[in-house]
Amino acid sequence: MNNILIVARKEIQEGLRNRWVLATTLLLAALALTLSFLGSAPTGNVGVNQLDVVIVSLSSLTIFLVPLIALLLAHDAIVGEVERGTMLLLISYPISRRQIVFGKFLGHLAILAFATLFGYGTAAAALAMTGTEIGLASWWAFLAMIASSILLGMVFIAIGYVTSALSSERSTAGGIAIGVWLFFVLIYDMALLGALVAAEGRPLPSGLLDVLLVLNPTDAYRLLNLGSGEAGALSGLGGIAGHTGLNGPMLVAALVAWIAAPLALALRIFSRREL
Amino acid sequence: MTAPTVTLSGVAKRYGRIEAVKNVSFELEQGQTVALVGHNGAGKTTLIKLMLGLIRPTQGTVQVLGEDPARGDFAVRQRLGYLPESVSFHMALTGRETLAFYARLKRVDMSDMEGLFERVGLAPAAADRPVRTYSKGMRQRLGLAQALLGAPRILLLDEPTSGLDPALRRNFYELVSGLRSAGTTILLSSHALTELEDRTDRVIIVNEGVAIADGTLEKLRGIARLPTRISVTLADGAGITAPSGGQVAWKAIRDRTFEAEVAPENKISILRDVTADPAAVAALHVVEPTLDELYAHFLGGRGMTR
Repeated sequence: MNNILIVARKEIQEGLRNRWVLATTLLLAALALTLSFLGSAPTGNVGVNQLDVVIVSLSSLTIFLVPLIALLLAHDAIVGEVERGTMLLLISYPISRRQIVFGKFLGHLAILAFATLFGYGTAAAALAMTGTEIGLASWWAFLAMIASSILLGMVFIAIGYVTSALSSERSTAGGIAIGVWLFFVLIYDMALLGALVAAEGRPLPSGLLDVLLVLNPTDAYRLLNLGSGEAGALSGLGGIAGHTGLNGPMLVAALVAWIAAPLALALRIFSRREL
Repeated sequence: MTAPTVTLSGVAKRYGRIEAVKNVSFELEQGQTVALVGHNGAGKTTLIKLMLGLIRPTQGTVQVLGEDPARGDFAVRQRLGYLPESVSFHMALTGRETLAFYARLKRVDMSDMEGLFERVGLAPAAADRPVRTYSKGMRQRLGLAQALLGAPRILLLDEPTSGLDPALRRNFYELVSGLRSAGTTILLSSHALTELEDRTDRVIIVNEGVAIADGTLEKLRGIARLPTRISVTLADGAGITAPSGGQVAWKAIRDRTFEAEVAPENKISILRDVTADPAAVAALHVVEPTLDELYAHFLGGRGMTR
């Protein structure tokens, strides 16, 4: 247990030193602030809670950005250390490979959580300071959005570790990571849309739609944040949400499974890898 | 007599179709300084990785301090120090942070870090700079510092002096002899043989994954039966003929200087013959075979038996 914390601490130390933490926090804060002030301008004062608008726009931002940041952090984790030669020394210490992977995961999670919490938090704080009235329910929805964004980040950190454990070169791992990002964020939904069009309006069996939505962690995240309440009405995703049998806890469970499975796979590959 | 600290018996390691190590057996006694010598790719690093338990042997067994290093809770690694070939560190961290990280992993008290930096010759100002700015020599010294953490009983040093300048090299060997007298078992691999002379108790020569020679330098010299070179410069008064001495083939090198290669068992009697009349000899040099010649002999002999 202690070894995990030691490795996590070193990852955070490195993240602070090479400005990863600073850069991602600033990036998320800048985009969140821009979206919350520019994005809410057209809605004016029509009775919609402003923070709900922010939740909708930030969720859409998260789907593109958080997986990208997570993959950038994670794709280097194993193959990078192997290539630089630091892994050989590390595994000669009294530490298991499982502890190395979990320690790195904890460290990367801390970096991502910090960036998300403070980056998005500034947007909400700025909104509150400009005198906007925000209901308690909206605050809870906002917190849930941040928590699920971190959850989505964890999914892609774990997937990044799989590419990192598989590849024998950093550039390969980076390439695969970009491919994974494109697939889940763009291609999958486009293909799904294409399939729906090809079905010519015939309704898909609802069970199939559920499975298809859960098979992509970004869709699970989207449905979790945009599928219900005020946000659902604003984003138009409430329509789909009404047709699926998926509820909040099931979507969270899907995301957790999306973390556990790749992490276990990465660990298995890394444990068998000879250095 | 203490039990051997490292025992390899019948160890083989195959990577796919490549046999990196074939049927190697040896024991390292406590307090011994052993040189593992061989070409690049001869299997030195593979042997060290096997002793660390980083890889498992395809055949045979490895025992370090009575345990299998690849198994269990890695307790044995707490008492091992390892310096990898061309060691590298996390570039963004300082030397001090790097050493602290490894000390935590090894559960070593960090109060004596200054002493450790001093021992390996890393200035306090350098210890607070990021490793990114380090020269090869400084990185090597930091590598040595982490290997010495927690006073290990066994040190495995892979090419420890490559990239070090002669002054640092001397410094390094002083450190090694200090550790040796403290009872640490030291295995160092190298392909530079001449610098090892007089600094090791024992030499193991590896070629193509096979240990082809193992023993003290004296023993290896005895096996190799390499000739000793004697060169004699005669004094002015003596005749310009080769020194007497029966079966020796003297070669004239320069005016009055003769050289001969003599077998070890004839060495003393020939020296006596040559020096029978001290007045006739102006200069006398006896050159024992160097480690490089010894090494070439063993590698060459191996080649011929094939």
